[in-house]
Amino acid sequence: MAEAAVRVRTENLSAVYGKFTAVRGVSLGFTSNQVHALIGPSGCGKSTFLRTLNRMHELSEGGWISGKVLLDGEDIYAPQVSAMKLRRRVGMVFQRPTPFPTMSIFDNVAAGLRVNGHRSRGKIKEIVERSLRQAALWDEVKDRLGDSAMALSGGQQQRLCVARTIAPAPEVVLLDEPTASLDPQGTQRIEELLFELKKEFTIVIVTHNMQQAARVSDTTSFFYLGRMVETGPTRQMFTTPQQEQTEAYITGRFG
Amino acid sequence: MVGLMIGCVVLAVLPLLLILGSLIIRGAGSLSVAFFTRPPVPAGETGGGVVHAIVGTLMIVGAASLIGIPLGIGAGIFCAEYPHNRVSWISRFVADVMNGTPSIVVGVFAWTWIVARQKHFSGLAGSAALAMLMVPMVMRTTEEMIKLVPNSLREAALALGYPRWRTSLSIIVRTSLPGIVTGSLLAVARVAGETAPLLFTALGSQYVSFNINQPMAALPLAVFTYATGPYEEWHRNAWATALVLIIVVLVLSVGARVATRRRFQLNG
Repeated sequence: MAEAAVRVRTENLSAVYGKFTAVRGVSLGFTSNQVHALIGPSGCGKSTFLRTLNRMHELSEGGWISGKVLLDGEDIYAPQVSAMKLRRRVGMVFQRPTPFPTMSIFDNVAAGLRVNGHRSRGKIKEIVERSLRQAALWDEVKDRLGDSAMALSGGQQQRLCVARTIAPAPEVVLLDEPTASLDPQGTQRIEELLFELKKEFTIVIVTHNMQQAARVSDTTSFFYLGRMVETGPTRQMFTTPQQEQTEAYITGRFG
Repeated sequence: MVGLMIGCVVLAVLPLLLILGSLIIRGAGSLSVAFFTRPPVPAGETGGGVVHAIVGTLMIVGAASLIGIPLGIGAGIFCAEYPHNRVSWISRFVADVMNGTPSIVVGVFAWTWIVARQKHFSGLAGSAALAMLMVPMVMRTTEEMIKLVPNSLREAALALGYPRWRTSLSIIVRTSLPGIVTGSLLAVARVAGETAPLLFTALGSQYVSFNINQPMAALPLAVFTYATGPYEEWHRNAWATALVLIIVVLVLSVGARVATRRRFQLNG
């Protein structure tokens, strides 16, 4: 296997909401074709950290950062970088499924393509089908692509959101507790999906479910009180954590 | 207790039923094809219609909607998108005050600023007065409808790389469109029955006129004229015209309800 390249790197990254500092001085690197899990108790800053990676954090009231986030060595917070264009390279799936209620299943997946300037109908159709296949949803919806996306079940809606996110071919896919609102079956399908998706994308997933992190990720980082306590290969994190706090958390002593 | 509640419901609905009932009893008899298609006849003769008032109401309310609805929707979108902006605070406050302003005050205002300056009454002055009443209603419902759209939808669009304006228009406004349409239709229905603002502006007329720059008839004005006139025939016309007016308002309200129902199906 070719040497994995670090796609996203943060350097001494802190994130604030007004006067409250949610993330303190985190330096982390994410290599391509791997699933990275961010774990930690509620309010530990893992979601905020994730949202700094595609500049969604700055949309929150009083949200801003210090430090650096580098995508392929390029500072994404540099003044000449457009957050809009950056978000087309760093896609995001949210905690609750968010299909656009006025759009059909097809149009939902095509939305990101159209806003990216894709005009050719044939090309859009081809990418929509490929994305739905990658999201393991194609067989369930291929006969009703024109139906409202709201007609799908919660789990299907979330896979639709995955398809919508990967359709414009981002380089990095961020998932913010993508299975928090799903039943076990829906959760399992999303988890299986990640193994396929990591062949193509750099994946960062926030989860409060340690078993999930252990199942799906290659590396795991543990956050506590806004700091990144420890990071390492997932197996090592769950068997021989180096930090006492990490061990306390994964053995269920708090959190 | 339940009996008391039922009594309250009956008391609340009773006036509406009485109004509808007496309108139908006293007005329906005068309704005929001629009533909808012919202009009024001189006092003393029988057989005239109210086509002048129907045309007038359509034109005055139509022009008012063309002015008021886009302004109201635009302002509503602004207030919803920039909720903490100072302009939003001020316009929200002004809209709330305007919503409580008696419509006759708006009529006097339109008279002072348009009729007195132009030195003649006109349907357009009436439209301006009605538009002034519509803007705050449409603006506030638009804002409320947009605020109902969950923020997660906005985030999802932005995370896909949507520009902010396109997120607002093609995702947020598009999602709340049925509610905005309902609010606009209700505003139209509400101003279609307004009489006071038209008294000083459109004035009323006995002729069929398509020139909105001239004094114009309107259904509420016709009701007013006929009801306060001295002739029996006029009084019958007043009942029939009132029935026509209430049918117009009912159709608009029911249309608004239908639009609302479609919206709930969409979300459910």
